[in-house]
Amino acid sequence: MADLGPLVPRNRAAHPVAYDPDYKTSVARSPKWALLSMESTPSEETGPRFGHQVLGEWDNNLIMNYTRGKAAAMGERILLHGRVLDEFGRPVPHTLIELWQANAGGRYRHIKDSYLAPLDPNFGGCGRTITNENGDYEFLTIRPGAYPWQNRGNDWRPMHIHISVFGHSFGQRLITQMYFEGDPLIDKCPIAATIKSRSQLDRLVAPLDMSKSRPLDYLAYKFDIVLRGRRQTMFENKLEGM
Amino acid sequence: MVQPLDRLVETPSQTAGPYVHIGCIPSFAGVKGIYAEDLGTSPINGTPKGEVITITGSVFDGTGWALRDAMFESWQADAAGKFAGHADADPAVTGFCRFAADKDRGTFTLTTVKPGAVAHRNGAMQAPHISLWIVARGLNNGLQTRIYFNDEDNTDDPLLSRIEQTPRVQTLIARKTGERQYRFDIRLQGDDETVFLDI
Repeated sequence: MADLGPLVPRNRAAHPVAYDPDYKTSVARSPKWALLSMESTPSEETGPRFGHQVLGEWDNNLIMNYTRGKAAAMGERILLHGRVLDEFGRPVPHTLIELWQANAGGRYRHIKDSYLAPLDPNFGGCGRTITNENGDYEFLTIRPGAYPWQNRGNDWRPMHIHISVFGHSFGQRLITQMYFEGDPLIDKCPIAATIKSRSQLDRLVAPLDMSKSRPLDYLAYKFDIVLRGRRQTMFENKLEGM
Repeated sequence: MVQPLDRLVETPSQTAGPYVHIGCIPSFAGVKGIYAEDLGTSPINGTPKGEVITITGSVFDGTGWALRDAMFESWQADAAGKFAGHADADPAVTGFCRFAADKDRGTFTLTTVKPGAVAHRNGAMQAPHISLWIVARGLNNGLQTRIYFNDEDNTDDPLLSRIEQTPRVQTLIARKTGERQYRFDIRLQGDDETVFLDI
């Protein structure tokens, strides 16, 4: 396998803090000691690859995949689309994206969710796809509802979709959440507020994209994702000091 | 002024939340029928070369409570130290596995092939290890760590050698508890806190 160069070290200031008492569960689950930093090795520079054989016919259509095309989920129909790029702006082609979300009423199909909003018999809540050669992806889904959670006395999560991306290296692995333009709950959410840079939080808010909406069918939102890049210079493979 | 630096910033992480299984291990969440099977149920298929082992453990929070909602991903080389995709790699080793802590007791189990030593870019050999990535409710960023083995020679490993406080090295070493059995516990916070990585 060709050596594609080490991963660019993570800019930790771009990410949430680990310990944030307003997000109560993080208090007992955040490491106290510093992370051990070193240059990436083949263990982080390689990673699993998934081909189209893992995908089923309905995998990126959450409106229809729970009933395998027999009946549509209830809610606001949306196209979610975007690109996966690296820090150098290069597309990340052929990478697996997975997402999961609550239904239109804010209820998750999970054995541990007991919120009183009902399940939708036609909605499961997970989907996956693989980016094309330009790094583009798309999903059809319904817009999830806000839901309450046990944190402070009256905390509600904004409407959001959880997104998981592999990239081409295990060290690029990322899970994040996408929010929706204009949702007033974003500014009240202690999970969103674990990101201390406003410009970074704004990058999780997907704008409405009328240019990709389909008249009389669905609205569209655009969500681009940036993964770590790999360092490669003409000096990369020379011995230190040369 | 200077030229604008034409670079993008990595998308920020957010917690995977308590319902991560819906998207990553749907059958664990009780969501059946969307996918033919969950992704990455085993890092091996068929009979790999080398020794098949089982690693058991838990991930504990700062109070000593085992997380019941953590999800793990592991990535490793085959018994000869080759990763999937390499021309000489063992075709029976995909190297990738996804698994969850048990929802009642918080125990995880990983059955895999014991990896071989992997060469670093500069030629140094890394002791056999499995890369581990942990996500859960309350973890705002996925945590990276590694599982090494106490029946291997770990003395010259480049990563373990960088840990200044040598007692902390033990937090990355799985303990052999029986024939082909190992124990690896992870402590998120406190006195025996596991070493987490930024690599």
